[in-house]
Amino acid sequence: MTDLPTRSIDLKNVLSGSSPTADHSEGMSYLQSVPRRIVTLYLPLAIIVIVLLFPFYWMALTSVKPDEQLLDLDRYNPFWTWSPTFKHFHKLLFESYYPHWLWNTMYVAVCATVLSIFASVLAAYAIVRLRYKGAHLVGGLIFLAYLVPPSILFIPLATVVFQYGLFDSPLALILTYPTILIPFSTWLLMGYFKTIPFELEECALIDGASRWQILIKIVLPLAIPGLISAFIFCFTLCWNEFIYALTFLQSTSNKTVPVAIVNEFVDGDIYRWGSLMAGALAGSLPLVILYAFFVEHYVSAMTGAVKE
Amino acid sequence: MADVAIPRAKPQMSEASAWTQLKHNRNWLGFWFMVPAMAFLIFFLAYPLGLGIWLSFTDTRIGRVGHFVATENYEWLWDDSIFWLSVFNTLLYTFVASALKFAIGLYLALLLNENMPFKAMLRAMVLIPFIVPTVLSALAFWWIFDSQFSIISWSLKHLGLINQNINFLGDTTWARICVIFANIWRGVPFVAITLLAGLQTVSPSLYEAATLDGATRWQNFRYITYPLLTPIIAVVMTFSVLFTFTDFQLIWAMTRGGPVNATHLMATLSYQRAIIAGQLGEGAAISSAMIPFLLAAIMVSWFGLQRRKWQQGESND
Repeated sequence: MTDLPTRSIDLKNVLSGSSPTADHSEGMSYLQSVPRRIVTLYLPLAIIVIVLLFPFYWMALTSVKPDEQLLDLDRYNPFWTWSPTFKHFHKLLFESYYPHWLWNTMYVAVCATVLSIFASVLAAYAIVRLRYKGAHLVGGLIFLAYLVPPSILFIPLATVVFQYGLFDSPLALILTYPTILIPFSTWLLMGYFKTIPFELEECALIDGASRWQILIKIVLPLAIPGLISAFIFCFTLCWNEFIYALTFLQSTSNKTVPVAIVNEFVDGDIYRWGSLMAGALAGSLPLVILYAFFVEHYVSAMTGAVKE
Repeated sequence: MADVAIPRAKPQMSEASAWTQLKHNRNWLGFWFMVPAMAFLIFFLAYPLGLGIWLSFTDTRIGRVGHFVATENYEWLWDDSIFWLSVFNTLLYTFVASALKFAIGLYLALLLNENMPFKAMLRAMVLIPFIVPTVLSALAFWWIFDSQFSIISWSLKHLGLINQNINFLGDTTWARICVIFANIWRGVPFVAITLLAGLQTVSPSLYEAATLDGATRWQNFRYITYPLLTPIIAVVMTFSVLFTFTDFQLIWAMTRGGPVNATHLMATLSYQRAIIAGQLGEGAAISSAMIPFLLAAIMVSWFGLQRRKWQQGESND
């Protein structure tokens, strides 16, 4: 009973394995008959997964359907199409600012993430390892900062952004997004740094390394999985952010993908659905691809954030 | 040259040693390591938080400096039926969505914890709704809930269950159900995967022992899984409640607060009043009114964490 939860979450195992202690893969499942498993396990699971994934199927299908099939539900079966078209994607890429928006989103996300990771690495190292006076208090405050939501900050931030002359510039987002990202990634990296043995640093200190050298040459290489997790999660958060981008940006060409699609594509046109869904799909794909490559890091970031 | 160099060298020596001392002083180093993070958090988080509360006591508008008007904004809101409707909507939205997210998320986590083929792939697929930007999936829901071309209406009509299209986002009750559904859809993967991480730390031998003692599946869950999972449930649900309570983008993309303000949350109402109507002071008052609720949620989280430490027999360090 000493092995209580949240102490020993094996992050790598969340996706692939069951309990780390379970060496017998069967477990107790032999106690259940196959028909019973179908009703209690596979059927509910299938329903939930279908509901979770259906909107994406629908998004993808709509984006390749010809217009007349989209709106005529009587003559064509709406669940499938035999004549896919790339017209909507073509319109998106060559007749709109979409590539611009995609670039803006990418640019803002990468810059904000890099800035936040830099600040968080230093802060997390100082809190965990330098243990200056009041480090615990600062750690607690950073956790509280994580709980301050953007929806109560956007009004005063809009006035601040205006005062600093950053309105309608990507810099406004690059400088404000770290307030969402730093608390999260500092907290995550603190957890990773705690797992690195103290002895390594002591040896380096005896050999005359400075704190900066220790951080760069010893701690960071050992914390690379943590850095990747933090990077991916921050990047996703940036891409997902909406309210700041909606408030601080005005001109069409400066917008980020989520804001631009909501504001620029929603006109009175009855045939807008195809290009709207194509835009939504193209805006989600980069994240889904990134996610497919780094599933485990993503999950460890997510569970690591609530672990501490 | 030599007698010039010697007196100069001495202070350099002592200065260097003071510098080395300083370089090894934890507090001094710690301060400089904290500077970048603190600069961001103070200038763009702590300062705006204070400024927001100050703005709520002024009559600032966009492009015009405001004057202190004491609690006039709050008095105005107190008599504003739309504000109270938004408070009601927010509480309803948060309560229903969080409760269902918890129930479905826990159920999904228990299902995913079983042994089955393609386990890793299934778990990865379940998370996709959480990865895709909320606004973009909200647009997909907007299309799914379209008043004329909704695929749900079409399916139900072909099954013979209804005669005419359901006006999903045009009817007040349906609109509330739809946004709550979309919120649950997006939140369930997060709850499920984090609870799954907690479930995996529960030793299977506990279940084996309980089963030998004749425990049923429900007793296994109630007396082993649930108590061991309580601390992580507390944390996950705090996050879930916080982010549901302050939700903005899902509503904005699907209904913009309509029909007849039936889905206006406090966040969307404050955006509408502050940015669209230009009444920064009033908008700030609405968003400041969210703070007491958030503090309550944070207190719950705090006591959840305290309890966990107490369970583990740790001192509060």
